[in-house]
Amino acid sequence: MNEIIQKLNVYIAKEILRQPNRVIAADEKLISSGLVDSFSLVDLGLFIEDTFGARIEDTELNADTFDTLEQLAALIQSRK
Amino acid sequence: MPTLPHLIRKNYQNNPDKTAIILQQAGQDDLLLSYADLVSGSYRYARAYQREGLQPGEVVILILNHGADLVFSFWGAILYGAVPAIMPFLTEKLSPERYRADLAALLLVTRPAAIVTTPEFESEVRAALSPEGSVRTILLTNQLEAEAAPDFEHLSSLQRDPEEVVLLQHSSGTTGLQKGVALSHRAVLNQLAAYRQAIDLREDDIVVSWLPLYHDMGLIAGFLMPVLNENTLVLMSPFDWVRAPYKLFQAVSKYRGTLAWLPNFSYNFCAQKVRERDMDGVDLSSLRILTNCSEPVKWESHEAFYEKFKTYGLREEVLNCSYAMAENVFGVTQTPPGTLPKVDEIDREAYISQRVARQPMAGKTVLKMMSSGRAIPGTRIRILNPDGQDLPDRVIGEIALQSDCMLTGYYNRPDATEAALRDGWYLTGDYGYSLDGEIFVAGRKKDMIIVGGKNVYPQDLESLAYEVPGIHAGRAVAFGIEDEKAGTEEVVIVAEVDTDDPAERQAIADALRRHISQNSAIALRHVHLVGPKWIVKTSSGKTARSANRAKFLEEVKLT
Repeated sequence: MNEIIQKLNVYIAKEILRQPNRVIAADEKLISSGLVDSFSLVDLGLFIEDTFGARIEDTELNADTFDTLEQLAALIQSRK
Repeated sequence: MPTLPHLIRKNYQNNPDKTAIILQQAGQDDLLLSYADLVSGSYRYARAYQREGLQPGEVVILILNHGADLVFSFWGAILYGAVPAIMPFLTEKLSPERYRADLAALLLVTRPAAIVTTPEFESEVRAALSPEGSVRTILLTNQLEAEAAPDFEHLSSLQRDPEEVVLLQHSSGTTGLQKGVALSHRAVLNQLAAYRQAIDLREDDIVVSWLPLYHDMGLIAGFLMPVLNENTLVLMSPFDWVRAPYKLFQAVSKYRGTLAWLPNFSYNFCAQKVRERDMDGVDLSSLRILTNCSEPVKWESHEAFYEKFKTYGLREEVLNCSYAMAENVFGVTQTPPGTLPKVDEIDREAYISQRVARQPMAGKTVLKMMSSGRAIPGTRIRILNPDGQDLPDRVIGEIALQSDCMLTGYYNRPDATEAALRDGWYLTGDYGYSLDGEIFVAGRKKDMIIVGGKNVYPQDLESLAYEVPGIHAGRAVAFGIEDEKAGTEEVVIVAEVDTDDPAERQAIADALRRHISQNSAIALRHVHLVGPKWIVKTSSGKTARSANRAKFLEEVKLT
């Protein structure tokens, strides 16, 4: 779990936020806070698929399905 | 001259069973609406407007997500003779408080008589009403009566004058006083006649669109034109498309789509983010014209798009361009169908420093400018210097236009209307040059940032920045930087802060990012916090955005 969260954090900080040193807390809101914007969601989905071999459907790219690294990591874990 | 309701009646009477709109929604079956379905669904809204005491000519604001109710409430207003204006729906990241404040400001200017929304959203809309406001009724989507046969005999809309305003289109601006572009029946129908000619519109053309209907490109090209002209429209939600851009291609393939319109960033977006496995069996050979429109057009974006999708049957000459704006209803120019947009190679340095588009000498860096096409029939274009005099080919000036499809005015904003027009010419505020009748658009309205097809005023973003604790008024600057990979601009805010502490700076940066996102629905890509006296000001104390942009780029070494 922690390893997944760590990798997601690195990716989001570097590629989406352009702040490579940014630490994202596991329970920090990602989508509803606007930290990850809608144009970046499809990138996030592709990264997850390539890195963890888990597919997140496009209908799941919303705050109702996951809104924190913790929730996203659990979703990935359940699909691996 | 007929009006919009006359055309809807004609389509309904001549071709009731033809599919008018195919509505797509993620996770649901496609919903096919014939002209008979379209008119009977819309007629329910027309009756509801009448029941609620709306008068023809009064404005009705539509606040609905993509779906059948948005379609029906719009055409219902047209059938009834009320003036519809579609507003964006609240998205999950925008703060409800900001949405409410913006809506309240808009209601005070536009003074609508009614608002249509869903039962779930009613309280949000009510919170934006003020005691001195104009809204007499909020119509909910579950308050309609049963369907009844449309009674065209008693529709007062058929008596309306073609010069009267038929709809409002709220275009640019993120906050506060958006300008509602008021368009007459005559203007809309003249534009459609001219644009039809410009793209050689055919009876069997099928339009595919994911564009939002509150934007001119989505509203006119991706909604009004096909519905009025009896071309089947496949309409998907922008919300679904941004999460699954391949769905546009699947829809083209499934329904043999021939026409679509896209803003420049989506060429890059699709080229980079669509996976091969989602394109299994997709055939794009039916596409006749794909028009790049609503932000500066880039040759590199077309190139990347064509390289990616040519294996799926996409033909290169399909990739055309248009320059368009709500003030001309929609199209101003268009690439002649069946041809590639003209590409003009110019001297980059002379372009930036002397504002001319000169052919490059050997060894000079070349900039590839792509033409937006030629003026559509009935629209005339001039390139003007600051004194209002015509400029020759290859010299950059302000684009001005005159046509038989211009706006009636900015609704209830005579001040803004007067400022935009000079001797019957509309001054676009965009810069460009002409070459043998082709128009090359060189830049945007002063300082305006165009991100993902959306116009953003930096002043709006700076005002928001000042609301963040730790950032003082006058000590932040917002501007756009070109992102070649994305084919659009990215938003940067540089703010001076007093603290040197990394943790405190991080907290301010986070708060700024969150505040901008929740209050403007714009993704802030670069937050750059600096010490005092970093920001460059002009001698009169104003923030010099271009100088600050150059300083920022130098400092972070972005290319």
